[in-house]
Amino acid sequence: MTYAMLLLELFWEFLKIGVFAVGGGMATLPFLYDLGEKTAWYTSAQVLDMLAVSESTPGPIGINMATYVGYTVGGIPGAILATLGTILPGIILVIVLAKFLEKFRDNRYVNAAFYGLRPASTALIAAAGIGVLGESLFNLTLFEQTGNLADFFCAGPIVLAAVIWVMTNLIKKTKSWHPVVYIAASAVVGIVFKLGGA
Amino acid sequence: MKEYLQLFWAFMKVGALTFGGGYAMLPILQRDIVEHYKWATEEEVMDYYAMAQCLPGIIMVNTSTFIGQHRKGTLGGFVAGFASTVPSLVIITVIAMFLTRFAEYPVVQNAFAGIRACVVVLIINAVVKLWKSAIVDWKALVIVFLPVFALSAFTSVSPILLVVAAAVAGIVITLVSDRLKRGGEAK
Repeated sequence: MTYAMLLLELFWEFLKIGVFAVGGGMATLPFLYDLGEKTAWYTSAQVLDMLAVSESTPGPIGINMATYVGYTVGGIPGAILATLGTILPGIILVIVLAKFLEKFRDNRYVNAAFYGLRPASTALIAAAGIGVLGESLFNLTLFEQTGNLADFFCAGPIVLAAVIWVMTNLIKKTKSWHPVVYIAASAVVGIVFKLGGA
Repeated sequence: MKEYLQLFWAFMKVGALTFGGGYAMLPILQRDIVEHYKWATEEEVMDYYAMAQCLPGIIMVNTSTFIGQHRKGTLGGFVAGFASTVPSLVIITVIAMFLTRFAEYPVVQNAFAGIRACVVVLIINAVVKLWKSAIVDWKALVIVFLPVFALSAFTSVSPILLVVAAAVAGIVITLVSDRLKRGGEAK
């Protein structure tokens, strides 16, 4: 197979993932495993390695995974084509839907539907937040192993989170700082105090 | 042209500062898109985020496309959606070239433990802000927010199902309260 054919096939496969994976980046994972098995472009052990990197770099996991798999299979053009394939179906559908909604902005059924969507959207974000809170401030696995209640709390991250909460809510001067300042500072604090325990 | 460049830059920043799933983009959207550029209201961002979950693809890219489209039409949608993926393309390609064991470096693991603790607080703050414009009355709280929150946090019910059910609930609640109001006036 020529390189051009390989790139074309890669783009086509990711376009299919972009159409069928509904519900965000994690929804692409089963498709990525299937693709690896079908084409032998990469192994499922490689998928796990790529996932670990995708979770510890900026950017949404789905895009990071598409880029990584694409690069592994076809170099830089592969990375770009795999990512484009993943996002194009969504982008096109969003634009079509947005145009449709513009026409019906004043329709009372559309407005009534949004009246229900907004609390649902807030609830989904809150639930996702609770999920990250559980993973990053508490350690259930270690607690189950040792039975020691102190192992359940990740003291360092909890103190850091509390300090950030106070700075973003109570102190007038620091309240207006951009989130990037807090993210960068937290990374430094994490490294200095070895918050990951590594 | 300048406006497209501005869109590109703003959504590249959103992509670079989203750590984790699509929900992690909310604090940046509120700060940059709603408060700084004023390209969308808090309510619009929530609408887009909810719809983005139900469409195929990546939630962050879909949400960015909605906002870009709202601001500058079809081309604006493409620019915003694509811009949000640029940081990933660059960072992952560099890591794939040179640092294949990236996730195992202690420095990376420690930095990420710090970043995750920070993201937790930023999301809590984002939810508190959203709360004010989303939970407009007790019906929104009791009929939509609480059930969706409980189902999403404690079961594996698909978020798509929850969003669709919430839209239907919104229509039913509005129709019923309209009818009750009219009934009240008739008496």
